[in-house]
Amino acid sequence: MKAAIIVFPGTNRERDMAMALAAGSGEAPQMLWHQERSLPPGLDLVVLPGGFSYGDYLRSGAIAARSPIMDAVRDFAARGGYVLGVCNGFQILTEAGLLPGALLRNITLRFLARDCWLRVERTDTVFTRGFAPGAEFAATLAHGDGNYYADAETLAMLEGEGRVIFRYARDNPNGSAHAIAGICSANRRVLGLMPHPENCVDPLTGGDQALPMFRGLAEAFALS
Amino acid sequence: MMLRVTVMPKPGVLDPEGRAIRQALGHLGLDAVREVRAGKVMLLDVAADDPAAARALGEEAARKLLANTVIESFTVEVL
Repeated sequence: MKAAIIVFPGTNRERDMAMALAAGSGEAPQMLWHQERSLPPGLDLVVLPGGFSYGDYLRSGAIAARSPIMDAVRDFAARGGYVLGVCNGFQILTEAGLLPGALLRNITLRFLARDCWLRVERTDTVFTRGFAPGAEFAATLAHGDGNYYADAETLAMLEGEGRVIFRYARDNPNGSAHAIAGICSANRRVLGLMPHPENCVDPLTGGDQALPMFRGLAEAFALS
Repeated sequence: MMLRVTVMPKPGVLDPEGRAIRQALGHLGLDAVREVRAGKVMLLDVAADDPAAARALGEEAARKLLANTVIESFTVEVL
């Protein structure tokens, strides 16, 4: 699997993401600085990791979404490329117009750093093919703006097209509409997810329950 | 030419900052304040020859970056 991680000023989860991708695929991803204007050829996957790009100035992800490399990421997605955005990466994908909706301040008004339960809503995507249908697993979240919002029409469209890929199970920590934790694009190749699967790939640090995501990705690209 | 761009959360969109301010005003005895909506004001110094061109620039800036029109509305004033 040839993966690249985009690093913005204020990104802080790129190393964890790199370890998770390597744990799943055995191959280290490359890091790309946000000032680049193109992506290397032959990439299978582009990852926007978590963090606080530009100190969350203006809106979380707003400035990063307009940085030079995002035009290349947009072109990559338009050509059918696979993109994963986690936490701040999900915020950047919505700000860049690659996924619908927006992430508002948590309903609790607090920054949340805690465990949550995620339910896998469909397993016919490259991101979730490694999970059992309906699987629930404990993941970690760490965000201030994770409250998924979209207007009623957009929510109906997402549900109707089966584009809600991950939903909070047991409780809805941040007040997200329809308990949405992760959604994908119409072609199911761009995924945004608030909790951190890259935190859950090693039994030494809280378990490896999200490893099926990274193994599944590696298997999907090995087959293609 | 100076512009004032005001960005506000759209009606119906959760505004926790406004809600927290409203609550604090209540603690100060200002219960008559029924609701607070909190937004952002940005002042832009733009190179433009006339107010119409300046306003068009401000609106483009607001549409492309300053406001997220999924959740926010904006107004542009030429000062």
